[in-house]
Amino acid sequence: MTDAYVVGVDMIKFGRFPEKSVPQLGSEAALMALDDCGLKIQDIDALYCGNLGQSSGMVGQRILQQIGQTGIPVVNCANACATGATAFREAWTSVKAGLYDLVLAVGVEQMGKGLLGSAGGATGIPKEGLLGSGTMPTVFAEAGMEHARKYGTTFEQFAKVSVKNHHHSTMNPKAMYQIETPLETVMNAEMISYPNTKLMCSVNVDGSAAAVIASERKARELGLMGRAVKVRASVLTSDPWQERDLVMPDVNTCTRKAAAAAYEMAGLGPDDVDLIELHDCFATAEILHYENLGICGDGEAGRMVDDGEVALGGRIPVNVSGGLLSKGHPLGATGIANIYEVSTHLRGEAGQRQVENARIGLTHVIGLGSACGIHILEKAAA
Amino acid sequence: MSERPLPAVEYLKIPDDGDPYLEGSRCGSCGAVFLGERDYCSKCGARGGFSPITLSNTGSLYSYSIVHRSYPGIDVPYISAIVDLDGGGTVKGNLINIDPDPDKIEFGMPIEVVYDDALGRKDRDGNSYLSYFFQPR
Repeated sequence: MTDAYVVGVDMIKFGRFPEKSVPQLGSEAALMALDDCGLKIQDIDALYCGNLGQSSGMVGQRILQQIGQTGIPVVNCANACATGATAFREAWTSVKAGLYDLVLAVGVEQMGKGLLGSAGGATGIPKEGLLGSGTMPTVFAEAGMEHARKYGTTFEQFAKVSVKNHHHSTMNPKAMYQIETPLETVMNAEMISYPNTKLMCSVNVDGSAAAVIASERKARELGLMGRAVKVRASVLTSDPWQERDLVMPDVNTCTRKAAAAAYEMAGLGPDDVDLIELHDCFATAEILHYENLGICGDGEAGRMVDDGEVALGGRIPVNVSGGLLSKGHPLGATGIANIYEVSTHLRGEAGQRQVENARIGLTHVIGLGSACGIHILEKAAA
Repeated sequence: MSERPLPAVEYLKIPDDGDPYLEGSRCGSCGAVFLGERDYCSKCGARGGFSPITLSNTGSLYSYSIVHRSYPGIDVPYISAIVDLDGGGTVKGNLINIDPDPDKIEFGMPIEVVYDDALGRKDRDGNSYLSYFFQPR
């Protein structure tokens, strides 16, 4: 099988763009990714489009109806918050299989403000606030409190995740927010679902990101290896059975399973990874994934954030983009935006927030319900 | 309109004579416990062979969150709790009769399941509902 390379990748600055349509937002990132590698839509063999909010709305085709209807195959993907990563992986799969030489993956989302999560079923009476809460801040708070139960992780340690990621975002001009948030500010912000305060919840924003994936032969033929990023591993898992998962979605087991498979596929281990963009939809979630991804032992995640090991300049910087907490979380775009972030570091183009000498990076997303997507990327040998 | 309250969820059973209870099903092949009825087992893949079981009204607190912001019309704060029932089965619900204060709530604390009106909520036909709640035991 051929190796597959990211040759062009970009994202728009995340924000709120109610005046734009979903295909318009997607088109912007698609064209930016094409420009990043000097290609045109006419060069692309297939399009894989990730979008959740209009998952029955043929968003991929509507993007081509903006930027060029070349008649190529279009696959529209929806996989909760793993939607973008799933579109990217489908694109990668098609290149690995030898079907296509140049494919485009686009992730795009337009979101309202406010709480996400079940507000109740269609029949009977609403269950929210009657049988606990199904809001996302609560579901991830309960997952974090499971960690607190096992290891004594504190509210303050969860809050430090937000302090770190908000600090990182001050160096990322494409983040929704670039605001420092001291620990007291995070802990004293409006409590949403204990222990997640408002500043420990990801931001609902509009956004898009896109990547052009090429086979090795094509990347060489086009002279694009200089800035190319090799996809060393692409893994998608769903949630294996767990005894509590009917009432408590399990984001840990599917991540551990995906991480093990990704490290095996890439032929490396967590110690080889120079930076990670992981799914910090809530501050409580990030803590879980240090252990799930194997960058520390079980029970050590609180210490990791206390000691600054996961901050820029630390042993293994996590979410130097600002993460979903500060960069924003446009559901369908997130999985490709984190490919952009890691690729930018591997290319040495991340400016002020550059992780020095970054050679290998890992991206991780969770789609609740559940899906886990992990990609391991490596700076290509030119 | 029903003269008697309806169950808020299908796994809450209200017998004609006797106390309400939560019902689960146990897989005859692997022993996995589910809430309510099942056609297939998502743990082992068994097709059928489930036995209905009456879930215990006692258990212990596994995890929780204190919800301070919810949808309009829902009283906050309240405790969203995940409870492991004695003998199998995990259920989610509101933990009541305890302050919504992390210093007062202990992981593993003994819990009892109690049944009461579903906070006055009615469906569009005006039916009342019976729900379940957790309280410290």
